Amino acid sequence: MGLRRDRGALVLSFVLPLAFFSIFATIFGGQHDSTPRVTLIVVDEDKSQASKDLIGALEHDNSFWVHRTPVTRKGAPAGPEYTAATAEAAVKAGDAPVALIVPKGFGAHPMGFGPDADASAVELLNDESDTIAPQIVMGMLQKAAMTSMPAVMAEEGMKSAGKYIGGFTPEQKKVVENGLADLRKQVASGKLGNDSGGANKGSDDNGAGIIRVKQRAVVGQNKKSPMISFYAAAIGVMFLLFTASGSAGALLDEVESGTLERVLSTRVTMTKLLMGKLVFNTLLAFVQLVAMFLWGAAVFHLDFFNHLPGFAVMGLVTAFAVAAFGLLLASACKTRAQLGSLSTLLILIMSAVGGSMFPRFLMPEAMQKAGLFTINAWAIDGFTKVFWRDLPVSALWPQVAVLLAVGVGLFLIARRVARRWETA
Amino acid sequence: MPLEVERLVKRFGETVALDDVSLTVRAGECVGLLGPNGAGKSTLIRSIAGRVIPNSGRVTVFGSAAGSTEARMALGWVPQELAIYPRISCRENLGAFGRYYGLSGAGLAEAIAWCLEWAALEDRQDEPAKNLSGGMKRRLNMAAGMLHRPKIVLFDEPTVGVDPQSRNRIFGMIEALRAAGAAIIYTTHYMEEAERLCDRVAIIDHGQVIAAGTRDELVRESFGTRSQVLARFAGDSEAIQAWTARHDGRMTGETAEFTIEQAGEIAPLLDDAAKAGLELEDLSLRRPNLESVFLHLTGRELRD
Repeated sequence: MGLRRDRGALVLSFVLPLAFFSIFATIFGGQHDSTPRVTLIVVDEDKSQASKDLIGALEHDNSFWVHRTPVTRKGAPAGPEYTAATAEAAVKAGDAPVALIVPKGFGAHPMGFGPDADASAVELLNDESDTIAPQIVMGMLQKAAMTSMPAVMAEEGMKSAGKYIGGFTPEQKKVVENGLADLRKQVASGKLGNDSGGANKGSDDNGAGIIRVKQRAVVGQNKKSPMISFYAAAIGVMFLLFTASGSAGALLDEVESGTLERVLSTRVTMTKLLMGKLVFNTLLAFVQLVAMFLWGAAVFHLDFFNHLPGFAVMGLVTAFAVAAFGLLLASACKTRAQLGSLSTLLILIMSAVGGSMFPRFLMPEAMQKAGLFTINAWAIDGFTKVFWRDLPVSALWPQVAVLLAVGVGLFLIARRVARRWETA
Repeated sequence: MPLEVERLVKRFGETVALDDVSLTVRAGECVGLLGPNGAGKSTLIRSIAGRVIPNSGRVTVFGSAAGSTEARMALGWVPQELAIYPRISCRENLGAFGRYYGLSGAGLAEAIAWCLEWAALEDRQDEPAKNLSGGMKRRLNMAAGMLHRPKIVLFDEPTVGVDPQSRNRIFGMIEALRAAGAAIIYTTHYMEEAERLCDRVAIIDHGQVIAAGTRDELVRESFGTRSQVLARFAGDSEAIQAWTARHDGRMTGETAEFTIEQAGEIAPLLDDAAKAGLELEDLSLRRPNLESVFLHLTGRELRD
């Protein structure tokens, strides 16, 4: 009976589990694509048949969205092709987690068998926050070599045979034996055939595959704790939303106690009252974020003090947006209990979709786009720019603009909804 | 004129809460709104405070429309329900409401001190409001509307649920305000309160002012110079009712009620009762009061 009367509890009991089940099923259950596609920037400095075959194979692979030029708006003419420098900048800016650079001269010697092979190496630039994307690229490069470059492979195989076998004279046989013994030793010692080492930091020469790959992390290479900044922002924003809606609930307490009506009979108007609450709740949320990041700095070595300007900007706009969100929820609800149910439902869903529970790059494309409708996603993107990519404050303008607009928009709606309390 | 209410009409859906209500209050005057629960008293008070927008008619406070900043600053409103912050102290409550009225610094401190003294809460000023007794909460509720020293004060049943001792203290507070020159509107459904505190009384029923004037004017209009005789009998109730009807009286509960011009009219009444076999238990003679007026005008008791 209690459950029937308390609609909030009813909603939480049935709707929330279903909503969460659906979100997690979409992310991990493969309702659509089994794996999210990796955005891959490619730079072909070589323009040889081998490089074209290699890139062509990657373009046809369902694992990638391959970009040779920066993405432009629909209908706009494509810009100039990426260069090594612009590709690196794009990875740093977070446009893609990985960039593949096929250097000049690659076509002359595209493959090699064994660690000492003198094959040209392609360069893989990656963002350390995404540990999966470079591994996928590594694997697919080798697959591409195997399946899409048979002629090159045969030719390189002959060259390799020439190197290791050398012919059929006794001396050559000796060389063959030595060479094969050498290869076996390499395999036994683990230098050959190991994981390509996508999680390794900094410059990494991976000669294990038949296509040699030089991997270099261009973002996060010097970070002590790679995911701390991400989770400080992700968890921080989620709890900020809870705090903001709880704090805005004071409005409902005032309605229930009759003090709101009394306050509105003084000089204070509803607009002034809501603005006062918005300012207070913004500051409260900001202080909560500061505490979270200070804790991260003290316990998890988060590099907080070198990112103060960016943190201040992102912290304030995030706090502003969540405070306005809380006020809107409080204005729309009739009781604290209703607010508790609605805020729990919305905040948990926003946090799941918006990347507070796990990184958005793990999610399917559609889910990633849905995340853009949440405060969490924009806030986390902004904090990631500050703490992960070390971007200047000026680079935060999209996140700042969106969060400010969201805050102002939600506040105006809250003001409109609160008209019901003004007069009878 | 501090306060003028002209032909106010307010409907909530099908319900007519105020039906063509007019009222004026002069400086230093205490006007009582007397009526049963649901008569429209609180709606009238909230209309004056600018919290209810009437369907027609108007309210002016020192010439300004109700709800305007000038009107709000001239009015002090003490709502019927407690409207204070329970978790903070008396002093903090008064500080908060003082700031809402635009006070700060020395002016605010002075206003808080005055209110604490007026409400006799100086000893409990640092106590959280929720820890106060019912009467003290009521006094704090009143004080929270006085910080800006309003010229017109609206009291909406300030003694509901209060013990007699606290009630007397509240009366003292209101009398002190009136003595200081404030215009007061006081709603109640207790006739004794209206008689004690109010210079004039407006009797409200079903959203209409059915009579208005001083206590004596209202009594004279309804009863002239007549007095009331109240008699209670033991015996057959049908016989009692028949006897009451025969002498143009009416039954209120178990009491038969008559109005008489002369004391000499009592003896014939009692003779007839004895002839009808009724045994007298109690008899009293009194001047009609506001309750009698209300009963006379509406046929119902105030606390129905």
